[in-house]
Amino acid sequence: MSDTKTNKAEEQQSNQSPGLQFERRDIIKGLAAVPAMLLFLWNYFKKQALDKMRSGEIMEELSLKKKAPAVLKTKKPGDLIRLGVIGYGWRGAQDLKAAGFGNPEWAAKAKDAANKNKLDKRFETYLQQEDLNLALTGVCDVFDTRREQGIASSTASIRPNGVAQQTAPAKGYLDYQDLLASEDIDAVIITTPDHWHSKIAIDAERAGKHVYVEKCMTRTMEEAHDMYAAFKGSKMKLQLGHHSRAVASHEKAREIIENDILGPITLVEVTTNRNSPGGAWVYPIQWNSIEDVYRKYESKDRYATPKTLDWDRWQGPAPNKVPFNLERYFRWRCWYDYGTGLSGDLLSHDFDAVNQIMDLGIPKTASSSGGIYRYTKANFPDMIEHERDVPDNFQTVFEYPERNLTVMYSATLTNSNHRGKVFMGHDATMKVGSGLTVTPDNSSTRYKQKIADGIINTSLPMFSYSPGSKDIDGVTSATAKYFAQKGLMYTYKEGKRADPTHLHVADWLDCIRNGGEPRCNIEEGFEEAVACHMATQSYLEGRRVEWDPVKRKIV
Amino acid sequence: MNDRLNPLAPDYSHYQLVSLSLLRVLVGWHLLYEGMAKLSNSNWTSAAYLLDSKWIFSGIAKWIVTNPGLLSFVDTLNMWGLTLIGLSLMFGLMSRWASIAGACLLVVYYLFHPPLVGLEYSKPPEGSYLLVDKNLVEACALFVLAMFPTSHITGLDRFVSKD
Repeated sequence: MSDTKTNKAEEQQSNQSPGLQFERRDIIKGLAAVPAMLLFLWNYFKKQALDKMRSGEIMEELSLKKKAPAVLKTKKPGDLIRLGVIGYGWRGAQDLKAAGFGNPEWAAKAKDAANKNKLDKRFETYLQQEDLNLALTGVCDVFDTRREQGIASSTASIRPNGVAQQTAPAKGYLDYQDLLASEDIDAVIITTPDHWHSKIAIDAERAGKHVYVEKCMTRTMEEAHDMYAAFKGSKMKLQLGHHSRAVASHEKAREIIENDILGPITLVEVTTNRNSPGGAWVYPIQWNSIEDVYRKYESKDRYATPKTLDWDRWQGPAPNKVPFNLERYFRWRCWYDYGTGLSGDLLSHDFDAVNQIMDLGIPKTASSSGGIYRYTKANFPDMIEHERDVPDNFQTVFEYPERNLTVMYSATLTNSNHRGKVFMGHDATMKVGSGLTVTPDNSSTRYKQKIADGIINTSLPMFSYSPGSKDIDGVTSATAKYFAQKGLMYTYKEGKRADPTHLHVADWLDCIRNGGEPRCNIEEGFEEAVACHMATQSYLEGRRVEWDPVKRKIV
Repeated sequence: MNDRLNPLAPDYSHYQLVSLSLLRVLVGWHLLYEGMAKLSNSNWTSAAYLLDSKWIFSGIAKWIVTNPGLLSFVDTLNMWGLTLIGLSLMFGLMSRWASIAGACLLVVYYLFHPPLVGLEYSKPPEGSYLLVDKNLVEACALFVLAMFPTSHITGLDRFVSKD
């Protein structure tokens, strides 16, 4: 074995050579790995070049090569706008936070949560919001506690972006007409239950106030016509609160469809999946809606009672009047007397997103089905006293024969498996959430050659867009995760995380100051309302309904 | 000094030397490409891996992710660490130290994501593991390379160590 073994002798031999520091043997052995390194580098650069070529060819094919990324524009705030809010519940508090008036109770708890968990970015995102140059001068609510909470938010000491604390508190109103009559209010945010939306919005327009109203725009089809008549051509700026219009991925999705990257799209599938009592709007009675969790008011002094809640005023235009009922007050989304169900509450988000991305307009027909399958008194005797009439499972199919397109909405409030928004074209499929991916189809005509050449791999997305992909967030609650997956919780503007509601409010204010039409004005609002009412009517009447574009009515 | 106690003067057979040198170059190749692939991807971050950490290091992982400066430092350390260790092993320059550093790095990766019974990770592994995964095996290989060095024979260390 001695002839095959021991390099030691060689080492000693080479060390003994006088005059020469390194022998040929040293050079050969010392550089033994260099060929491997050369092989590595050759393959590395070959792979880099191949990846670049593939990426370049795909991007060229997609016509996205030299296009600038979707960037949401901002303008500097102009003159001070004096704001009033009508309805300061869960969404009212969120909209005011987006406007820079985060409730002090919320801010204290969000700050504490951020200190405990640095992945919780809600407070940080709020502090980074731009100053919109607003004064909160009026708060209207029929429930004393919530009115007081709204007023407290006007003088909150924690303001975003170093904005000074407002010294004068907002004035409280029980009757919204008094708020609208006030001369120190220029614009109103309407965050009441749906049954009040149109009446207050139309009265606000008549009073010369600009309007930001939450979805669903109206509770009924008749109200949608009334809203259209009031705001079409009006000088008052109307923004419907579909804040997903400010989600960056929607802009990119629109660009992708405009570039015909998906080929002819014949099916769009949009979904809702939630699986908790809160997700099904079975909130705790006496819920402190200012907080991010479903928790009762800590003090009973703050509870809603016939003394602290003006029940008759709250019922207002609701079609069926009932005696004082806390369940209906705190869980109003469960009854069609006040809300618009899964259709106006959650389908509306997805319909508006698809409308934004594809310019859908009003569907020709709608067919809905569903039922109340879980949240019944029998299943939850300790939680539910009065049966809801809004379903917890709801499916709608919209047909657009002129576009050769079906839009299918599938919703359950009894399972949280995320399904997302999927646009299915002959050449590719696009999935849209807070980011998006485009995956080529195996049988694509457009990409057939590139698939055959191995440039496009159909098992992987050929394009993905994930703004803020390096940003990390600790979204923990089930409902928060639902909103985050849909891009409704935050988006990214110029690389920074932003609340889309803040951007949506900013867009409305920008139009008030500088002219132009808000992103979701009366035209888009009317389309949203009609689509949602068609879906609801189909469910309630158990038949397919049609939109008559000449008579502008559902038949 | 007894040469058998001196790892830098091992009594390797030809096949032993070739096998160990090949192992050194292959592990070096792998780590070098892991490092360079991360360096060439401007969006790469270890955050997702760290956030999915389980077991005793999960707290440290979360602490790293919640400190942007620290996360950036860890990312840089990872990318350049892997690249430099890979280069060192391939060229055979200071390879003993690189082997020890690489083994430590891989053990840390292992401890952040140990495939222990009952621990589930959101990102599925590329293989099937029970306590032992490829990180641990590669760390062990590097430990072997540290114990049985070859770079002073088949690497640039041959020129450096020569008087």
